[in-house]
Amino acid sequence: MKIDRRSFLGLGLGAAAGIAVSPVGVKLTDDSSIWTQNWPWTPVPEDGEITYDPSVCSLCPGSCGISVRKIKGRPVKIEGADGYPVNNGGACLHGIAGLQYLYDPSRVKTPMRKNGNRFEAISWEEAISIVAGKLADIRTDGAPETLGVITGSAAGSMPALFKRFLDAFGSPNAYEMPSLEGNLQLTAATLHGAGNTIGFDLENSDFVLSFGAGIIEGWGSPVACFKANASRKERHAKLYQIEPRLSNTAAGADKWIPINPGTEADLALGLCAVLLSKNLFTQGNFTGGFQKFTAVIQKEYSPTRVEASTGIPAADIEALAVAFAKAKAPVAVPGKGRGDHGQNLKEFAAVQTLNALAGRLNQEGGAFVMAQPEYLSFPEAAMDEIAEAGAGKEKIAGSVNKLIEDINGSDKPLLNALFVHNANPCYTLKNTQRVKDAFKKVPFVVSFSSFMDETAMEADVILPASTFLERTEDVPAGAGLPKSVIGLATPQVDPVFNTKNPGDALIQVAQAMGGTIAESFEWETYDECLEAVAADIWDSLSEEGSVVVAEGVPEGTPAVDVSYLAANPTSVEMKGEGDFTLVAIDNMRLTGTIPAASPFAIKTVSDKVLSGTQTVVEINPASAKGLKDGGEAIIATEQGEAKVKVNLNEGIMPGVIGMVKGLGHTFDNPYVAGKGVNVNDLIGPVIEPGSGLDAAFGIKATLKKA
Amino acid sequence: MSEIENKAEHGSMDGAGECAAGDPKDDKGLGLGVIFFMVAFLVCFLSGWLLFPKLLYSKHEQPFNFDHELHTAEAGDCESCHFLREDGTWSGIPNLASCMECHTDEPMGETEDEAIFCEEYVAKEKEVPWFVYSKQPDCVFFSHAAHINGENAAGKMDCKTCHGPIGESTSSRPYEENRITGYSRDIWGKNIWGFKKHSWDRMKMDDCANCHVEMDGHKGYCFQCHK
Repeated sequence: MKIDRRSFLGLGLGAAAGIAVSPVGVKLTDDSSIWTQNWPWTPVPEDGEITYDPSVCSLCPGSCGISVRKIKGRPVKIEGADGYPVNNGGACLHGIAGLQYLYDPSRVKTPMRKNGNRFEAISWEEAISIVAGKLADIRTDGAPETLGVITGSAAGSMPALFKRFLDAFGSPNAYEMPSLEGNLQLTAATLHGAGNTIGFDLENSDFVLSFGAGIIEGWGSPVACFKANASRKERHAKLYQIEPRLSNTAAGADKWIPINPGTEADLALGLCAVLLSKNLFTQGNFTGGFQKFTAVIQKEYSPTRVEASTGIPAADIEALAVAFAKAKAPVAVPGKGRGDHGQNLKEFAAVQTLNALAGRLNQEGGAFVMAQPEYLSFPEAAMDEIAEAGAGKEKIAGSVNKLIEDINGSDKPLLNALFVHNANPCYTLKNTQRVKDAFKKVPFVVSFSSFMDETAMEADVILPASTFLERTEDVPAGAGLPKSVIGLATPQVDPVFNTKNPGDALIQVAQAMGGTIAESFEWETYDECLEAVAADIWDSLSEEGSVVVAEGVPEGTPAVDVSYLAANPTSVEMKGEGDFTLVAIDNMRLTGTIPAASPFAIKTVSDKVLSGTQTVVEINPASAKGLKDGGEAIIATEQGEAKVKVNLNEGIMPGVIGMVKGLGHTFDNPYVAGKGVNVNDLIGPVIEPGSGLDAAFGIKATLKKA
Repeated sequence: MSEIENKAEHGSMDGAGECAAGDPKDDKGLGLGVIFFMVAFLVCFLSGWLLFPKLLYSKHEQPFNFDHELHTAEAGDCESCHFLREDGTWSGIPNLASCMECHTDEPMGETEDEAIFCEEYVAKEKEVPWFVYSKQPDCVFFSHAAHINGENAAGKMDCKTCHGPIGESTSSRPYEENRITGYSRDIWGKNIWGFKKHSWDRMKMDDCANCHVEMDGHKGYCFQCHK
């Protein structure tokens, strides 16, 4: 026998066949496929004990209670907190995506100073000393009133702390961004007296007449509104939605009443006129020239006149007024979209007066006139001579929009320094270029932002704020809720970056300045300050996580001073020229204010709103004039122009262009910025005389094929 | 017929002729080749079956021996130590605090294993680093609650169905870890062929799916377990 080539062939084949029919092949295939799924560099979350900790979300004015799920102390999920008096277990998409803000690529990771056009990282000590030094110079120059502050809202301890800083410094120039709560407080002050606000008992009303309020699009406290809306069918309650566009709220309503953009106030007063002429009103506690009001309204807002301006037939207006008056528990709700920007006092006051005439003030299912919660008691701020002199000076403007206008209109700098906290005016206010120009005219801008957003980019120094998951803060829930709830946000995780609670940063600036300013800020930390100034409710606030300050139907019938409306204030006119009216739309999946929508939320936006990186505008097919569905177009207003895509939609009135708010961010965040157009670049502000509100709900525009 | 085709035809005919004619020497070579084939086949097949698992898995002894039978006799059924928490999560292997509801640093019995437990872990307040035979990979979400506390029959499974009669064991077998995947051998099952006699012999995805098809008529969707 001879061992030859064939023997080796046999050996090889035998070995191969033996392996092939043994379990080696199938087992190794399975194991190697598993092995490839477990590369050592694939991140695997650490396992550990699961805990839930309560806190409060302050991403929007909704102020929902949240429960943060943690594994081994690391937050992994946000859920709505069961039993919380605002949202009772519910949560919105921005809230559940809140963890993304912790690791957002545009987070300001450490204090920054602008050097030329670039930011450079500095230490906290250096940042505080730069700010304190600049501010000391302003006081030395004897112009303390030239320090201004813009805060996101006026409620809670943080705006109060900034206001206190201004008091001790010697400036009256505290401003807050437009908000639904601010608008409601202004309305309450106009009709019912200062110090009040208005809440709407949506969940007990059987007929909600919404003047464009986006009940399921972020108006008020969104989750509370979702819940009230969701229970509508089983309560046999009706919702009538009055707005130029078939929004999601309108689509889910019992009736959609299309109205010419910006004429909501006319309709509300027209309904008042019908109630008055048909004697369907309740003789409540009217003061301030009710006779004159009756005469003026019936004359100027007769159904035929209102038909002419609103486009709603006179007979429908009469029928609507009668239906409203005859319902068991009707309530009228003001505030287009989210009810914050582009609103006017005339509309808010008219809608609230409609509630008053229908006898719906302080009634179950109606509109509650409530005192603003007063749970903070600061000791009086110490003021030196400079502060006394400065504080006596007059405020530059009545509102933040007027302030921007005045700064731009003045030759000399009206403000030498500006603090911005919890606000992004360079994105949110209309005609953003005008806001940026005004910021450039302020020599020293300090931002307390968590993110390098459009406003932070205009700052000279950034004192980066910890996010709502990393800091303590009192969170009063306002925004149209029929109750008054104070919540407590607590740190759920140590700051991810080198950031501070803005309260701590402000206290440190005050202490670095010395003198009476330091005396006014004697607390070691913001936490200590909050505990001291909220002492009245601190025990229950810190133990329960929230305190319900007022709840249920308020007692008594509030006085209604109709002198503002009796004087028949002029309606705000739209600016510009063009065949179309461009209106800004609020979309629940985006945020028009701060912070910008999270990457998760952006991904949920429909391609009828954002297609690739292009904003999609809605127009009625009847006004298309050659524009094709999905085609590109150039939208132009007197403020500027932009390339957009067109969505032909019968759910918008002819002649109206709907364009979403919340897109077109320009800061460095690949997930959120560079998508679409900021509608505020196309619309300029129109300041309503008297209220100072920017009432620009839209602007005249043209739309041409690109 | 072209010249080339002619050649090709003849060529192949020649080849066939040669083969058919044969050579006695070649026959012997083939016979040896067959023997070699058989031997190699047998060696490789047996190695793949018997030797391969020994190479594939590394063996680890548990920190000390655990007598399930003794504990079930003393403490009660499985739920005494392995239970659903109030929030629906599964407690898994008891932690030291749970053991210390009965045990102290003084042994209750006389076994060597309990002595190790008391001295090394209870006295030093150190968690016992048990190897978990049934540990599923991180990518798998498994809810014990849905399988033992569910509403229908499928949701009222016995522990044994998946874990076998481990409650009757008196000693801890060595934990075998797959050197390639790092998974416990219990996932693939003891049988290297993947065959199973009992429902608890394997814990792979197909085993889950088979039971789901039987009980629910559908093997379920990816995201139900892979979240």
